[in-house]
Amino acid sequence: MSSLSLAVRDSSTMLRRNLLHARRYPSLTLNLLLTPIMLLLLFVYIFGDVMSTGIGGADRSDYIAYLVPGILMMTIGGTVIGAAVSVATDMNEGIIARFRTMAIHRGSVLVGHVVGSVIQCVASVILVGAVAVAIGFRSTDATPLEWLAAFGLLALFSLAFTWIAVGMGMASPSAEAAANSAQPLILLPLISSAFIPADTMPGWFQPIAEYQPFTPAIETLRGLLLGTEIGNNWWIAIAWCVGLTVLGYRWSTASFNRDPK
Amino acid sequence: MTTTTHELAISATGLRKAYGDKTVLDGIDLAVPAGTVFSLLGPNGAGKTTAVKILSTLVTADAGELRVGGHDLAVDAQAVRAAIGVTGQFSAVDGLITGEENMLLMADLHHLSKQEGRRVAAELLERFDLSDAAKKPASTYSGGMKRRLDLAMTLVGDPRIIFLDEPTTGLDPRSRHNMWGIIRELVSGGTTVFLTTQYLDEADELADHIAVLNDGTIAAEGSAEELKRLVPGGHVRLRFTDPDAYRSAATALREVTRDDEALSLQIPSGGSQRELRSILDWLDAADIEADELTVHTPDLDDVFFALTGGAKVPHQPSETDQPKENVR
Repeated sequence: MSSLSLAVRDSSTMLRRNLLHARRYPSLTLNLLLTPIMLLLLFVYIFGDVMSTGIGGADRSDYIAYLVPGILMMTIGGTVIGAAVSVATDMNEGIIARFRTMAIHRGSVLVGHVVGSVIQCVASVILVGAVAVAIGFRSTDATPLEWLAAFGLLALFSLAFTWIAVGMGMASPSAEAAANSAQPLILLPLISSAFIPADTMPGWFQPIAEYQPFTPAIETLRGLLLGTEIGNNWWIAIAWCVGLTVLGYRWSTASFNRDPK
Repeated sequence: MTTTTHELAISATGLRKAYGDKTVLDGIDLAVPAGTVFSLLGPNGAGKTTAVKILSTLVTADAGELRVGGHDLAVDAQAVRAAIGVTGQFSAVDGLITGEENMLLMADLHHLSKQEGRRVAAELLERFDLSDAAKKPASTYSGGMKRRLDLAMTLVGDPRIIFLDEPTTGLDPRSRHNMWGIIRELVSGGTTVFLTTQYLDEADELADHIAVLNDGTIAAEGSAEELKRLVPGGHVRLRFTDPDAYRSAATALREVTRDDEALSLQIPSGGSQRELRSILDWLDAADIEADELTVHTPDLDDVFFALTGGAKVPHQPSETDQPKENVR
């Protein structure tokens, strides 16, 4: 068997294992969905009117439109925490030692986790998106091409953050530690333009809010779905995604290839 | 050496490994002919597991020329992996999925066809008495069942060389004997087995060749019989309850080792019927009547204690504590 088809075959076996875990024990993924959904409902139904005034909107429905792209990105940040936890759990299991002593494609263990996590991210985004539509979110003018671009952006963002989360999982001694170190991934949207525009924040803080990975991605998604100005956000978002993917990939594979204790 | 290399399933020369400044393996040499059972015997912390981890490609050695299954570990680890199967001390099963799913996972990773994979999985589950539990998550299995599943998973790829790292540690006596039966079966099929154990009787039962590992070096090696010859021969032990009877016997017999605290005397003896009879005649003639007489033949316990200084050996299962013969 050629090395490529070996890689594909072993990776898809590992992916099946990963999805089997997710299907058998969905509580982890579902728990992680609670935070974005709760924040969505909280900010729409409790804070909605005030927030709407803040962005110069007429009523709560204007704020729904503003909020949802950020909540979707936040869903990704939350879902990948699950990847960090399951990688850390896995690395403490004897089964990984077994995989390492088998003549299989070495990267397949991590690739299985990553592809599994991206699939879970996309599924989570669709679920949270359905909740958003149920409470009144509508895309105003997205063309099929823009929908496709939005979908691609969400998938790319999922991939980038999954690799970072996998790296965090590899570096953590336990599942608890992994959950803690991946926590910033769901908190980062709070200091982005997800809830309020970056230019309403204190001046010294604006550069941080503006150039962290979530803001350009959220602004791009907003532009695609709602027709707001995208500007240079799209390529900053893509640059972040590519950079984080490469970084996370290098970090994860380097830790995986190190001798286990 | 070069002429025999191709017949050796596993060979190591000058294997060395240190973690930080703690030397775990201090230049050991091993040679395991194909189709035999080799046992690495040693107390906890002797370096057994490290040796298995290195030979099974899990961790890299600091130094040493290592060949497994005819392949150089440093050059072609992947070819070594294709030839071996490993069952570690801590069970390497995926607890979140069922026993059957674990087996099918292995079949997929060995690139068996769907049909072939299902056949092999069902066969091995049956052979290891796990068919009834096949649909239950592996995390619900007992220790013995997990170990059996672990070994069944190792056998999916039909490896020529199997590493078993303390396969019976923590198992109850019945499961241990089952495991022994399974290992014997493997060997009769021509598989080479590299077994580590801290149980002397286990090495004695299973291994063709035993190496005693202590403090990172091989303290002695050979067959069980050869190792037993390393320690002084057996003895007959007389135990008394009455101190006066003990003292008079000790004076009368002279050529004995005294243990004043236990009120017992040891008379050197090989343990044959003839020797035993002459000792009994001698005791009768001297009018000595011991309260208990036991015959000890040297076993691997004696070897182990003699070689490793004794203190570190963990408690052995009760069956090895029994003297080989009891005469009252």
